[in-house]
Amino acid sequence: MGNRVGIIGVGQTHHAAKRLDASGTELISEAVSRALDDAEITLDQIDAIVVGNMDHFENVNYVDMWATDGLGACMKPVFKVTTGGTTGTTLGACGYYHTGSGIFDTVLAVGWEKNSESDTQAAIATCANPVLERDPFAGAIGPLATEYSMYMSVYGATQEDAAIVAVRDRNNALNNPYAHNQMKVTVEDVMNSPMLSFPIKLLDICPRSDGACAVIFAAEEKAKALCPRPAWVHASVVRHDYTHFGDLEWQWMPTLERASEAAYKLAGITDPLNEFDVAELYIPASTCGVKWMDSLWFCERGGAPELIRKGTLEMDGQLPVNPSGGVIATNPIGATGLIRVGEAAWQVMGKAGDHQVLDVNKALVTGFGGCSWSDVMILGADLP
Amino acid sequence: MGLYTDHRKVTHTPDGYELLTHESGHLEYDFGWHQGPYWSKYLVEMRDNARFMGIKCPKCERVFNPPRAVCGKCFVEMNEWVELSDEGELQGFTIVRFPYIDPNTGELMKVPYTAIWVTLDGSDVRMMHFSNETDEKDIEVGMRVRAVWADEPRPTSIHACQYFETIK
Repeated sequence: MGNRVGIIGVGQTHHAAKRLDASGTELISEAVSRALDDAEITLDQIDAIVVGNMDHFENVNYVDMWATDGLGACMKPVFKVTTGGTTGTTLGACGYYHTGSGIFDTVLAVGWEKNSESDTQAAIATCANPVLERDPFAGAIGPLATEYSMYMSVYGATQEDAAIVAVRDRNNALNNPYAHNQMKVTVEDVMNSPMLSFPIKLLDICPRSDGACAVIFAAEEKAKALCPRPAWVHASVVRHDYTHFGDLEWQWMPTLERASEAAYKLAGITDPLNEFDVAELYIPASTCGVKWMDSLWFCERGGAPELIRKGTLEMDGQLPVNPSGGVIATNPIGATGLIRVGEAAWQVMGKAGDHQVLDVNKALVTGFGGCSWSDVMILGADLP
Repeated sequence: MGLYTDHRKVTHTPDGYELLTHESGHLEYDFGWHQGPYWSKYLVEMRDNARFMGIKCPKCERVFNPPRAVCGKCFVEMNEWVELSDEGELQGFTIVRFPYIDPNTGELMKVPYTAIWVTLDGSDVRMMHFSNETDEKDIEVGMRVRAVWADEPRPTSIHACQYFETIK
């Protein structure tokens, strides 16, 4: 199974609609410096670097070369990944694989994006088969909106259920100084916002952001030597599915069901709602924050609306979800998944400041992308 | 955490230079995507014979639409073609109202338009296409729908079928 691995430091930029004050490279170096600061180590203690973003957004396809200075990558091994929405959590998995392998002791994972530099929806549309699926695809929102139309029909979920999720994540962001969107909203505000793609409305959906995040992974002995309270990796699982959107099962998410099931088994979790103390979940639209809870084994299929209406996943509920504000508050796409990893790590390390959940021992992290890929990572305060 | 200076509203450098954004101007990138034997046959059948062809896996017996060489679950090559009905069940939909640029043309998509997932009779999977209904009151999951084909000469694309209409 490889070495045990801990996260020993996290850095984030202040995320915004536009960061005019920093080029892509500069945004990267900001996150990297902050992560090194957080871990109280220097660059010469980093053995390897993994970096990721989505090439289309900035039209630079050699970020590992073009941003070498900002990454601190001179004369170091660098590995680039680009996996759409899951880029950030793939970076987490990569950081873990590299240190877990025993080949590198300390690995810096960096996710970033300058979404403001280009047309986000047009770039995202290129993930769909150009001849067979791109035309009806309707950008990132299309499949998410369509799957919820099915979920509402089969299980009686409502737009109001989704609005509760939007309110939760947006209001949680008020306690996160790095969040892009910080706005106090009510269910009524969400329901009255313009309809973008039935049933998803403006306040239901994530923004696009400029931002970067860096997370430092260390193999067990190194982590113990460098960090008083690492966030230990208990599980890291990735699952993919069919290629065509129409092939997938959309009433539930098979990849998330299977990935979380496998991760829970690795981490010895049998009752996720009770055993996790906090969750940073990849929820790009409020509708996902309803429907996808089924696929995390929090409840039976179709049981999510009940959880949402009872407040189970609020900050004062049984399992606080997205204390950082989640994706709905902040979305620099190449960084977004890694921000989930970093925020969950801070929760375990007791470094989440104003949005810290008390007594965090175990944290759940998810990533989602394109054609329903799912990444799941579990972090804990104790060695696994 | 939270000890760093927030530069988000900055518009000039510390010594007074305006922070610039360099516009690329209009970029065009042309591509010619090879369709391979399966998608080529699929598209030609739509264009010339106004019909949808699926393909069946010899192992799990699932019929896929659009067809492709390999069954994802079984990793087995498929060669048994199946003619599908052009009627089926509407399984999911969204009515798109926000305008965005069509990456195929560089122009704004005309909205509202309705994207659907439809399972044609004979197929085990859903296909992405369009409905001509753009009012939430007139469309629901579970409806039966039927393909409306373009007039000849039909294009060599999924638009050989214009959209799906509700069977009332």
